[in-house]
Amino acid sequence: MTDPTPILNVRGLTKNYGRQIGCVDVDFALFPGEVIGIVGESGSGKSTLLNCMAGHLTPTSGEVLFDTRTDGPRDVLTMSEPERRMLGRTDWAFVHQNPRDGLRMAVSAGGNVGERLMAVGARHYGDIRGAATDWLGRVEIDSHRIDDRPATFSGGMQQRLQIARNLVTGPRLAFMDEPTGGLDVSVQARLLDLLRALVRDMGLSAVIVTHDLAVVRLLADRLMVMKSGHVVETGLTDQVLDDPQHAYTQLLVSSVLQV
Amino acid sequence: MSDYNFAYLDEDTKRMIRRAILKGLAIPGYQVPFASREMPMPYGWGTGGVQVTASVLTPDDTLKVIDQGADDTTNAVSIRRFFERTADVETTEHASKARVIQTRHRIPEEPLSEDQILVYQVPIPEPLRFLEPSEVETRRMHALEDYGLMHVKLYEDIAKHGNIATAYAYPVKVEGRYVMDPSPIPKFDNPKMNMGAIQLFGAGREQRIYALPPYTQVVSLDFEDHPFDPSKAEHPCALCGAQDSYLDEIITDDDGGRMFVCSDSDYCAGRRAAGFVGPAAPDGALTTWRGTPSKGRDSMGDAT
Repeated sequence: MTDPTPILNVRGLTKNYGRQIGCVDVDFALFPGEVIGIVGESGSGKSTLLNCMAGHLTPTSGEVLFDTRTDGPRDVLTMSEPERRMLGRTDWAFVHQNPRDGLRMAVSAGGNVGERLMAVGARHYGDIRGAATDWLGRVEIDSHRIDDRPATFSGGMQQRLQIARNLVTGPRLAFMDEPTGGLDVSVQARLLDLLRALVRDMGLSAVIVTHDLAVVRLLADRLMVMKSGHVVETGLTDQVLDDPQHAYTQLLVSSVLQV
Repeated sequence: MSDYNFAYLDEDTKRMIRRAILKGLAIPGYQVPFASREMPMPYGWGTGGVQVTASVLTPDDTLKVIDQGADDTTNAVSIRRFFERTADVETTEHASKARVIQTRHRIPEEPLSEDQILVYQVPIPEPLRFLEPSEVETRRMHALEDYGLMHVKLYEDIAKHGNIATAYAYPVKVEGRYVMDPSPIPKFDNPKMNMGAIQLFGAGREQRIYALPPYTQVVSLDFEDHPFDPSKAEHPCALCGAQDSYLDEIITDDDGGRMFVCSDSDYCAGRRAAGFVGPAAPDGALTTWRGTPSKGRDSMGDAT
């Protein structure tokens, strides 16, 4: 059996903010259906790395090869802007920490979910509405709220709506930046449960950035630990968390509050 | 003749505006920035349209100016008088006799021909403006043909009102490329934009000019299951009986009395002169009636 092509292959990714280091020489491969977690303290370069991969930031050097449906692996950093935007609304999903960054707050829930469909050419109102209703159901939002604005939703509902809006086009790769940040623990648990089910059902590959080790324990197959812009440890999630090798990882694991 | 340069603007300015117009004609629907001048009238009164008209006018042209279809409203009268004074051109109220027609919020009912120019006054040239406040972002969206958001607006209309409730400034796609704001004309006029005349759009405050060459394909955006409907009031004109013209609703008393009359005063007067009579035209009493009475500022936004 040959190795499958990685859906995302990051090579030597470096981002400097002037003399300030964002992230340095990051290498990793993500395989179809796999979820990788990136953990580290604030300012360790997690979000920089994620934004570089998703094309929101231009890295100083490095390659981000994405396995496109039509042309095989291509460097997203050298793609044209229209191509990258097309990927951004079809094969990719990007879940922001703050749902307000990822939603249109002045547009109804149905319009938010339907926007990606309309952006790729859906022109049948009934079909768009049907898909929106279906997706609201999948993320456990009552379908009679379809015409309400996200501003009237709770934080957890907004985050679930953001996820529905991103997954409606059936993406293959999801970037998530602290998807459970700012939610209380019971809502977090429900959201994690939902995310795990969606990832499994859709065969989604995902890169999840978080500082919450419980989130990666539940969702991620593999783990990357970052510190001051460098990747200090990688491995299977359970292995890294149960037997941390690097001093920083040991500190991180031992810092988790026990109830 | 007056002390002004022909048509008020100096020749260098007119040349600059003509270059913007030519560029606009070369890329139908694309908003060309231009260095809009201050005009002797306030923004919202047609400063963009006036500059475009001044740039295309020649001494032997005949000019017609309409405001909401009527020749005799304040905006139309003042702009017509402006060009009578500064350009000394002939003016007319007949659409067919005019070579240049400047309009606010209407297209004349009478079909225009290839030797005519229709100049629109535009308040806000950017169709995506109320969806995306950033100019940098909207220009990028135009460049990348990223128009999904426009349909989100129509989706919201249907979700809220059961149909596409946008009744004026209805977004159109030009030659399958640029999404364009047709200025606040009623959507009833949208199908007329596939015409033989040159259509020029001037937005003075926003400093944009865009244009449609003759017979440019202009398609109103819609959904497959909610097709575009150029609707109008379900009445004949009370004065001339026309079934096919866009109507204004006129309140006639404070008991709920109302009548519907053609908004295009020239079209209505022409039909009545030809002997057509509407249901509410009393004998002789309204024969001098010409279009709508002068009106206050409307809710459609001010033309620039």
